[in-house]
Amino acid sequence: MNHLDRSDPDLLKKLLKRIRVYAGPPLTIMEVCGTHTVSIARMGLSTLLPEGVSLLSGPGCPVCVTPIEFFDEAIYLAREKNVVIATYGDAMRVPGSGATLLEVKAEGGQVHPVYSTTDALNLAIKNKDREVVFLGLGFETTAPTVAHALLTAKKQRIDNFSVLSAHKVLLPAMEALLLDPEVKVNAFLCPGHASMVLGWRCYEELASKYGVPSVVAGFEPHEILLGINMLLAQAKSGGVHVENAYPKAVSEYGNTAALDILGGVFKKVDSNWRGLGLIPGSGYDLADDFAKYDAREKFLKGVEIISAEPAGCRCADVLRGVIPPAKCPLFASRCNPKAPVGACMVSSEGACGAHYRYREA
Amino acid sequence: MRELISELFIRNFSNPYLDKLNDFAAVTIDSGRIALSTDSFVVEPWSFPGGNLGDLAVCGTVNDISMSGATPLYLTCGFILPEGMPFDDLEEIVGAMARRAKESGVQIVTGDTKVVEPGAGPFINTAGVGAIPAGVTIGGEMAKPGDAVIVTGAVGSHGIAVLSKREGLTFSTDVISDCAPLNKIVASLINNGIIPRVLRDPTRGGVAGALNEIAAQSRVEIEIDDTKIPLEEGVRSACEMLGYDPLHIANEGCMLAIVAGEDEEKALKIIRGCKYGERAASIGTVAGGQPRVTARTLLGTKRLVDPPSGELLPRIC
Ligand code: SF4
Repeated sequence: MNHLDRSDPDLLKKLLKRIRVYAGPPLTIMEVCGTHTVSIARMGLSTLLPEGVSLLSGPGCPVCVTPIEFFDEAIYLAREKNVVIATYGDAMRVPGSGATLLEVKAEGGQVHPVYSTTDALNLAIKNKDREVVFLGLGFETTAPTVAHALLTAKKQRIDNFSVLSAHKVLLPAMEALLLDPEVKVNAFLCPGHASMVLGWRCYEELASKYGVPSVVAGFEPHEILLGINMLLAQAKSGGVHVENAYPKAVSEYGNTAALDILGGVFKKVDSNWRGLGLIPGSGYDLADDFAKYDAREKFLKGVEIISAEPAGCRCADVLRGVIPPAKCPLFASRCNPKAPVGACMVSSEGACGAHYRYREA
Repeated sequence: MRELISELFIRNFSNPYLDKLNDFAAVTIDSGRIALSTDSFVVEPWSFPGGNLGDLAVCGTVNDISMSGATPLYLTCGFILPEGMPFDDLEEIVGAMARRAKESGVQIVTGDTKVVEPGAGPFINTAGVGAIPAGVTIGGEMAKPGDAVIVTGAVGSHGIAVLSKREGLTFSTDVISDCAPLNKIVASLINNGIIPRVLRDPTRGGVAGALNEIAAQSRVEIEIDDTKIPLEEGVRSACEMLGYDPLHIANEGCMLAIVAGEDEEKALKIIRGCKYGERAASIGTVAGGQPRVTARTLLGTKRLVDPPSGELLPRIC
């Protein structure tokens, strides 16, 4: 038997106290990962931080950073090409320019929420007479599983399966933020999940080049508080290192097998991010050997899709940590989880959604 | 087939009212006030870890009636079955209903069956009637500042158990549904002199949905404590993986009991002594102020607790 939050209360108290007595140079910490955002919002940490220390959410929520044209492509495929769309559930509610996949499903379109790529492959095996397109979203965390599914499809000749890829490479986006004059971040709380694949060493170049203390942290409340403590200690001593506060899951060089699969199936391309724009080498497209399983090659050649971001939505600024969600004029008024205007309110991991759900009473 | 089905029902549900084979059941109730309730049960898949559609159809209506403080007595049931449904499957559902009826002391006194095109259902509607003991008034509008909020079991198990078996969403978990009749717990409270102000089984919408309803009905603030909500480890990890809030997940075998502050300890003790109440916990209090639900976070700050908005969809990891 357990409770909603299982961290040891005494340990939490100790860690929080150490954060609250911090006296050192101001630090703006970006938590890069959406799961961290949720956990931080849920425990109500932001209001307890000492003067000069702030936490901002970064581009770590997969559906949030995926640009609107991707959802328009998926909607086009479901409506015009009559394909079966298999997708992680939270992508279904993200607004495209005119509709959401959930609405397309309600119209009678074939849109299936799946939990894993295995489920998507099974859908293709069961529906041999239909084309099944899996929406490949997310960072190095999810991309290897999609790569694995593509290898399986190729080996077993599941030729009615394809992937519409919007997979993202994490590090170029973190660098783009550091180069953005509007972004004031000077420390990173690095993601736990993506780091399991990437390893903690990978942040070293960024940390030393830009002088940003970086700590990889786990997801439990005490693990997050520990990570923040380590960042504050670095800031106070003037040090800049990459530290691993999540050694039980994250190794120095990560999951090399997963990285190998990734490299074999995908190629790095310039990629458009919601909020961050086009970033060189920041996306994964299917490698040429897998063109047969690339939904863009298969269905979207020569198709022009015109997309328009929802008016007034400040997701672009939220995702860069330029403003906290509450500073968006639509936050909690016109935009809320029941009627989300932008992607950041849709996903359970989106900064706006997390801040709304766990807003201070 | 028709004969087979009615034979199956009579064999499983047999009681003096049903066995007469009339289109109605004439029953006796010696009470001033009665509680009536009906619900239709559609669950996909119809069988899930810890139960099946039949368990839900009986427990659901038994629990709805019990939330008034009434002793549930008689149920009716209507089956809507897909043509060609394997007889063994139907037998499994009916068997579960019979067991649950026996366990909760109700009789299924009349019923109906319709067969529809293959692929739909199976669906079951049950309606029920119960006798409210004299002097008992329980309702969502009766919570008062100073009351204590108790939950009788770990939350979120039913929703996660069903989800884990839904087609296309297979994930492995050892979570089983909490589906269970709660009438014995309610009777124990009342027989031991505790009349709760509010009882509610947090089915769809979960604990957060139910508490928000009560806060609105009673025009009070309900403040819970994040660190006190009982939860199975499997539910916690599944929620983490899927991006769900355990307070939004459906339950079928626990309830929220709001009791006067001075009754809190005694009520907890009584509930914990009952089957299905072993894990009861006090999770919060009722306060004055604007109608809303808040939670003490584990760092001691206070946050709002919203009801779930729309269908729960698993997220990308
Ligand atoms: S609150 Fe809504 S409109 Fe504003 S940035 Fe967030 S998602 Fe966009």
